[in-house]
Amino acid sequence: MSSSFRAFQGVILLAGFIFLYAPIVILAAMSFNASRLVSVWGGFSTQWYEALFDNEQLMQSAWISLLDATISSCLATILGLLAAVGLARFGAFRSRLLFFGAIHAPLVLPEVVLGLALLSCFVALGVGRGFTTLVIGHVTFTMCFTTVALLAAIRECDPTLEEAAMDLGAPPLNAFLLVALPQIAPALASAFLLAFTLALDDLVIASFATGPGATTLPMRIYSQVRLGVSPQINAISTLLLGMVAVAMGGGALLMRLAGRRRR
Amino acid sequence: MNAGSAIDPAMDMKPLLSIRHICKNYGDTTALDDVSLTIARGEFFALLGPSGCGKTTLMRCIAGFETPDAGQLVLDGCDLAGMPPYRRPVNMMFQSYALFPHLNVYENVAFGLRRKGLAKDVIEARVSELLRLTQLIPYGARRINELSGGQRQRVALARALAPGPTLLLLDEPLGALDRKLREETQFHLKQIQRETGTSFMIVTHDQDEALALADRVAVMRAGRIEQIASPNDIYDRPASRFVAGFVGDTNFIDGVVHHQSAAHLVTDFGAITLSDCQLADGAGATLSIRPEDILARHEGAGIAGVVEDFVFRGDNTLLRVRVSDAMTLRVATWDSRFAVGERVVLQFPAETPALFAESA
Repeated sequence: MSSSFRAFQGVILLAGFIFLYAPIVILAAMSFNASRLVSVWGGFSTQWYEALFDNEQLMQSAWISLLDATISSCLATILGLLAAVGLARFGAFRSRLLFFGAIHAPLVLPEVVLGLALLSCFVALGVGRGFTTLVIGHVTFTMCFTTVALLAAIRECDPTLEEAAMDLGAPPLNAFLLVALPQIAPALASAFLLAFTLALDDLVIASFATGPGATTLPMRIYSQVRLGVSPQINAISTLLLGMVAVAMGGGALLMRLAGRRRR
Repeated sequence: MNAGSAIDPAMDMKPLLSIRHICKNYGDTTALDDVSLTIARGEFFALLGPSGCGKTTLMRCIAGFETPDAGQLVLDGCDLAGMPPYRRPVNMMFQSYALFPHLNVYENVAFGLRRKGLAKDVIEARVSELLRLTQLIPYGARRINELSGGQRQRVALARALAPGPTLLLLDEPLGALDRKLREETQFHLKQIQRETGTSFMIVTHDQDEALALADRVAVMRAGRIEQIASPNDIYDRPASRFVAGFVGDTNFIDGVVHHQSAAHLVTDFGAITLSDCQLADGAGATLSIRPEDILARHEGAGIAGVVEDFVFRGDNTLLRVRVSDAMTLRVATWDSRFAVGERVVLQFPAETPALFAESA
């Protein structure tokens, strides 16, 4: 009975993995397909990768997406840290509840609404749309996620440690940097990675916030797919996938190393 | 600059810290109510009281983490008002130790010295000295979570002593240790205090700790100081009923003062002679008598009672003696030959310093 149950468990597990990862595996496999057709396997080839690196439009978009994700996630992490410190350490200031709500609102706000709001705001203020507005849009969108992650981490860390640092002669800012920051470093890294991946694959906010000069990779892919799937798209998607996997894996590894050192 | 002689005798008479009329409220609750006391140079001072009596608030006011609503703190002739914690020449050993988990033992102890921007070799020498003092030399490279509770306690002490504070504040320093380690650490703490000559101010709710460690003890209750005295005087001459009950084991005997040749306290089980009584004839009063001050005998003159129960405690035996329907007294005796139900006579001491008027 137990062996048949075990086999059943194996089947369920396999079905689960297929459900989750088969599309991704097919996407990656097709990027190495020599044939142009999705339904026919024409042998192994890296020609689409070569074509991809010659495709200036796609490469330009990839560059814009990476730059935007890096800048916006850095800003979102810094702002998120400041917001989290404000919420965790400054007691019940007058507008705390309002601030708390405002920070968390984009978590539940439909992306389309946020995008539209950003667009109306830029138009109303007469700001020309482009790379800057794209970054601003992504910071607005990802900052709530970084704040939530960092707030949890800061609440975990004991404020008496900072008091002890102050008692030993460190002014408040130094006490925070020397004592609290090392403890929330793993959360800082994961908040950054979260913001980075969110900004990198965002389509909706970017469509509203960006201008003609700054088309992001997801926007480019989406517009090209409407004209038919090019294997080049498969290739760049696979590259993107690989990059995210390396970033996430690296982050997890770093955190485990830090955890082991602490223990 | 000091124009006169280098050693000014008047300077030495000045207290290291004077606390003058400190008040602190949190909303409607009063944490400190007109607290005044002084701490001398090189003194080991204890603040003793039940939890919530304001002793930790007072300590945090001295460290600079709380600002008193009123009153003055003067340390070494310098008013501490408006001085942030990181500029005060006072260090604190936290109840939770608050050691930095991301640093090793050496770096924890060096933290305060690095903030002063001292030279590398000076820091190294000072840290080594403190690790030696606290018997932590083999553990310098260890991380905090690799240490036992006792070792952590010593790291916390070394770290707080490292910057050379003029006054060291210790918040329940032995609270997290088990009983056996606690006694050992008490001796160690006293020895370190003597060796460094630093003034120590300890906050504790444990009366044994306060009596064992301190040169002087302040007993606090509900934000006020009830008594400041040496451990002996606190124990033998408590200033209030609260102090008598909080410090040590005691019997409270209610009665009426009656002056007749000598003063007596008339109770429902007999009259007790009072050595010294300022209360008027007919005033209600409470007498506190320690169990070990009452003498239990098999026969003779005294107040009669019946042994109701006894507990053997190793060095002595604690009897519960019923002297009237409403009253049993606790009596400590070295004579263990008492049986339950036996009739005994109790003799009270000639000295009765702990007599309190009814309202006290």
